[in-house]
Amino acid sequence: MSANNVPSRLKKILDAGHLAVTSECGPPRGSDPKAIKKKAEMIKDHVDAINITDNQTSVTRLCSLAACIHLKLMGVEPTLQMVVRDRNRIALQSDILGAASFDINNILCLSGDHQQFGDCPQGQNVFDLDSMQLIQTVRLMRDEGKFLGGDAINRPPQMFVGAAANPFADPFEIRVPRLAKKIAAGVEFIQTQCIYNLDKFELWMKQARDRGLHEKAYILAGVTPFKSAGMAKYMKNRVPGMDVPDDVVKRMSGVPKEKQADEGINICVESIQRLKEVEGVKGFHIMAIEWEDKVPEIVERSGLYPRPNDL
Amino acid sequence: MIRSITQQKPEEEIDRLLDGLGRVFIIGCGTCVTLTHTGGEPEVKAMKKKLIEKGKLVTGDVILPVACDNLTKEALNEYGEQIDQSDVLLIMTCAFGVQTIASQLKKMVVPALDTLFIGKETAFGEFNEICTQCGTCILGETGGICPVTSCHKGLVNGPCGGTNNGKCEIDNEKDCVWTLIYNRLKELGRLDAMRKLQKPRNHQGEPTPGKWKSVSLRSSDGQKA
Repeated sequence: MSANNVPSRLKKILDAGHLAVTSECGPPRGSDPKAIKKKAEMIKDHVDAINITDNQTSVTRLCSLAACIHLKLMGVEPTLQMVVRDRNRIALQSDILGAASFDINNILCLSGDHQQFGDCPQGQNVFDLDSMQLIQTVRLMRDEGKFLGGDAINRPPQMFVGAAANPFADPFEIRVPRLAKKIAAGVEFIQTQCIYNLDKFELWMKQARDRGLHEKAYILAGVTPFKSAGMAKYMKNRVPGMDVPDDVVKRMSGVPKEKQADEGINICVESIQRLKEVEGVKGFHIMAIEWEDKVPEIVERSGLYPRPNDL
Repeated sequence: MIRSITQQKPEEEIDRLLDGLGRVFIIGCGTCVTLTHTGGEPEVKAMKKKLIEKGKLVTGDVILPVACDNLTKEALNEYGEQIDQSDVLLIMTCAFGVQTIASQLKKMVVPALDTLFIGKETAFGEFNEICTQCGTCILGETGGICPVTSCHKGLVNGPCGGTNNGKCEIDNEKDCVWTLIYNRLKELGRLDAMRKLQKPRNHQGEPTPGKWKSVSLRSSDGQKA
């Protein structure tokens, strides 16, 4: 899609026309690196790259960059998630260079959850840049070898630039234009919000195709398996911008408690099967929240294993 | 009209700030805090009663017409003796008033209110912060609605993914400003304005703390206008 030679394995897999598989790990709330390595170990053979979340839900954790370095040293390809909530443009550019110095080749540019949801609700947010401007910043640093201030960068970062898209937040009609704007800003791959309302996702994807957006950025469909009916209800009612249809909640509630986790995996696998048929879906982003050990099963049952290894 | 929006500090905090200070002179204001019922006459009276109950000696009280005005000094002159007798001034105005008074009298001041924002009355008794005086106005590209102020993340390139039935993900009492902007631009047939990539903000528009001199004064100083 884009004619650069960023040495990202994820990019190579997508460029070669394979369906990509990514997943994500949340860093620990402490300094023991074993936690992150253990999660990576569980899934590394079943995914092409692993996102490391950046203080997700505004809860203070080990930093994304350090966790990415641990992965890199294990020989696993990380995707550095970077939110603009906590750092100004100096710190963001500085951390991008830090990541590049370890040859971290994927970045996901995000706004970040508001701090009100986290463990420091009284803290000050930054939002000096927004996610759109962070995308532009990484592209400027990479493609022109320049800082925002205009000075030249010695050994510019080589990063495959990603962002999130939420097809479900309202107003719905704003969502495809917003994707178009991110692509105009320079994004090369998209990982979507968790998809439960497949009809709506297909409509979003159709509108994206009508504008040719599926040919301008790789769109990875986001999925998250439910562990229980309670989780399905929580996601439906409490998580902003999440669209969980009633029949999915009903299906989860309709099986006995001890079978609900299995049912959650079934729904996830079925969703992937259906999404594989949607034109423009170029891969999957599996967010198994604190349930990383289930990722290999989901990947295998979805027919996405083995992963390409000749690249 | 724009107003300085305040709310009373918690009672424990006021008690702590007045600890050891037995003689108190109370100052309210007839403008914004009267409108918001945080420092007008009834509130000053209630504060006086409460302080007396707590064993303080209230040497006097006054409702200044406009506490942040430079005429405040003259208005306070009338109360010279009662102010002199006090250990502290308990000020029930916004922080503009507190600082105006503090700059004119050699007395410790204790604010009884927290100043929340400069806001506009949008319905009876309801005030909204609609401008944060950022110094680099983009209202011309957003249909006259400010996302810098009214988006909790100050996003200038469109909404985040958390819009919830037109409300903000962090407070369902507050509208998602990007939904408002979208609806306005749609109504005006100017949705193309949303496609424009807004550059990173220029925080040097007027660096905090702001300072400004009128152009005519600048030339009379011999400075470059």
